Amino acid sequence: MSTTTPAAPARRWPAVPGPLRTGAGFALAAVVLFAVAPAVLSDFRLGLLGKFLCFAIVAAGIGLAWGRGGMLTLGQGLFFGMGAYVMAMHLKLADAQVRGDAVPDFMSIAGVRDVPGWWQPFASPVVTLLVVLLAPGAVAVLLGLMVFKRRVKGAYFAILSQALAAALATWVVGQQMLGGSNGLNRFRTFFGFDLSDPANRRLLFFIAAGTLLVVVAVVRQLMRSRYGELLVAVRDQEERVRFLGYDPANVKVVAYTVAATFAGIAGALFVPLVGIISPSDVGIVPSISFLIGVAIGGRDTLLGPVLGAIGIAWAESSLSESFPSAWVYAQGALFIVVVGFLPGGLASLGGVLRRRGRPAERVPHEEPDEPASVRTTEPEKEPVA
Amino acid sequence: MSTHTPSTRTERDPLFGGNAGMGSEYLEVRGLSVTFDGFKAVQDVDLTLLQGDLRFLIGPNGAGKTTVIDAITGLVPATGKVNKSGTQLLGRKTHQIARSGVGRTFQTASVFEELTVLQNLDIAAGAGRSPWTMLRRRPGVEPRIAEVLDTIGLASLAEVRAGILAHGQKQWLEIGMLLVGNADVLLLDEPVAGMSKEEREQTGQLLRRIGAERTVVVVEHDMDFMRQFATSVTVLARGRVIAEGSVAEVQADPRVQEVYLGTTAAAEYTAEIGGA
Repeated sequence: MSTTTPAAPARRWPAVPGPLRTGAGFALAAVVLFAVAPAVLSDFRLGLLGKFLCFAIVAAGIGLAWGRGGMLTLGQGLFFGMGAYVMAMHLKLADAQVRGDAVPDFMSIAGVRDVPGWWQPFASPVVTLLVVLLAPGAVAVLLGLMVFKRRVKGAYFAILSQALAAALATWVVGQQMLGGSNGLNRFRTFFGFDLSDPANRRLLFFIAAGTLLVVVAVVRQLMRSRYGELLVAVRDQEERVRFLGYDPANVKVVAYTVAATFAGIAGALFVPLVGIISPSDVGIVPSISFLIGVAIGGRDTLLGPVLGAIGIAWAESSLSESFPSAWVYAQGALFIVVVGFLPGGLASLGGVLRRRGRPAERVPHEEPDEPASVRTTEPEKEPVA
Repeated sequence: MSTHTPSTRTERDPLFGGNAGMGSEYLEVRGLSVTFDGFKAVQDVDLTLLQGDLRFLIGPNGAGKTTVIDAITGLVPATGKVNKSGTQLLGRKTHQIARSGVGRTFQTASVFEELTVLQNLDIAAGAGRSPWTMLRRRPGVEPRIAEVLDTIGLASLAEVRAGILAHGQKQWLEIGMLLVGNADVLLLDEPVAGMSKEEREQTGQLLRRIGAERTVVVVEHDMDFMRQFATSVTVLARGRVIAEGSVAEVQADPRVQEVYLGTTAAAEYTAEIGGA
């Protein structure tokens, strides 16, 4: 079949690293997060890094849903906000209880004497944690089934998800019982731990760091599994997958739900770490910001979204200290350059440079077999690795 | 190009009317009609397809060949009846029809280009896998996938990204994807379009091999290819079946000749008839 030889297979840096490199990577990340960062960063900077880790947790989910599943999740603020507000309500109730007040401080200022009924379940830490872990995912399952079964995709899905994040932000602004546009803030304790104690704040950072490592491990497993291969197939050829007997909607709902769950967890961690949650943390702008880090880092890789999110958040906070108004332009310019010239994100930079460096080199390829049907003799069964 | 004569046939070759006797799997289409905005693309099509019959579906452009396949596989809404060995297919969802064993390919090869040949086949083989299996890694190559890799001649390219396969190889991969999915009705839409002569020959042999145990329908424009490999032929024109039978019967049918006259294929077709 000499007429049909393919082009040489391009050796590519694997998007998901193998077991050895993964083990080394996790060990390195653990050392950096649990030993180096607390040693070299001030308490304030460590808290900032903790906030960035929350964004990274959201980003890991977006990497799965968008990078691998092709769903442009422009509205993760919705799920982030759900997790955050649920946690914030619990913290406010717990603070009031510690001080012996009937209602959280901002409610008594507003003259409210009784805790509203829909707040009451969140007095329980168990209920709070369950809602944080399950509610965003449950909403994502319902939304996902409605949207994907009707074959809504592409820009329509992106606009829809963004509209939902905007709707949540708008709704919260009107809710005096959620602090309106000021949001909920001034949290004093976290499950009984005093939040003004630096040791406890460090513990919070460790919780965020540990959560991020678990989230990355989950995403890695999903990417390497058969499901991960199927998800890429759905991203690239949704209709074709249908003709192989799968319902692509179900495949997409899984990734969307995982991403939503991660966003909700990140929101719940964000609240005690940062000390405030307001509508401006859950609306359109933060939803887009989540995405920018993912795009710049490299959306279809395992670590690109995580490192991109941390890097962008870090750059934002340090550059906006020196040039308060310039950062927005720098971020926009970076986004345009990456999307326009490096669609695979910074993670693909190495591969692009390598290809530039040695364009002539090609990996030798094997001659393809002929179909067994035209062989003159029965082919020997060779073990396939 | 030796044509198969009855004396050289083995028992498992595709045969006119099928080769499986009374226990045959079948696909029975009755009164199939498809209407697009008032335009009747397919009208009252009846087809009876038996296991082991390599059926070719031919006809001029716009005859409704692809639409018939689209209707059977649930891509376009249709009226009528499609019965696969006792199961009604019309009205079911695309993926349910696929799961019942009806597989199809498309005019343009649509493999998953970012995935390897092996990953493509593994996905095609896995519609019935449990969630638990899906969430784990692919442990190795399943025997049925290794077998199909051999059948379609891509065993040495198993780890190659499907996007860089040659056109013919992509079509073989598509056929392989139907085989590992245990489809027993294969609807192939112009599988040899754009292939070299050599590739056509190989594809034809492949179809004969797989057609022996399955019901295979091939939509084709290439008359040479049809004459060489078809065991039976259905001719569509303007959405209707105008002739059906063996290659010789169909070629001798005056209605078929009439349909092809006046079209661009006419000169070629009459020349072919003269040469045949």
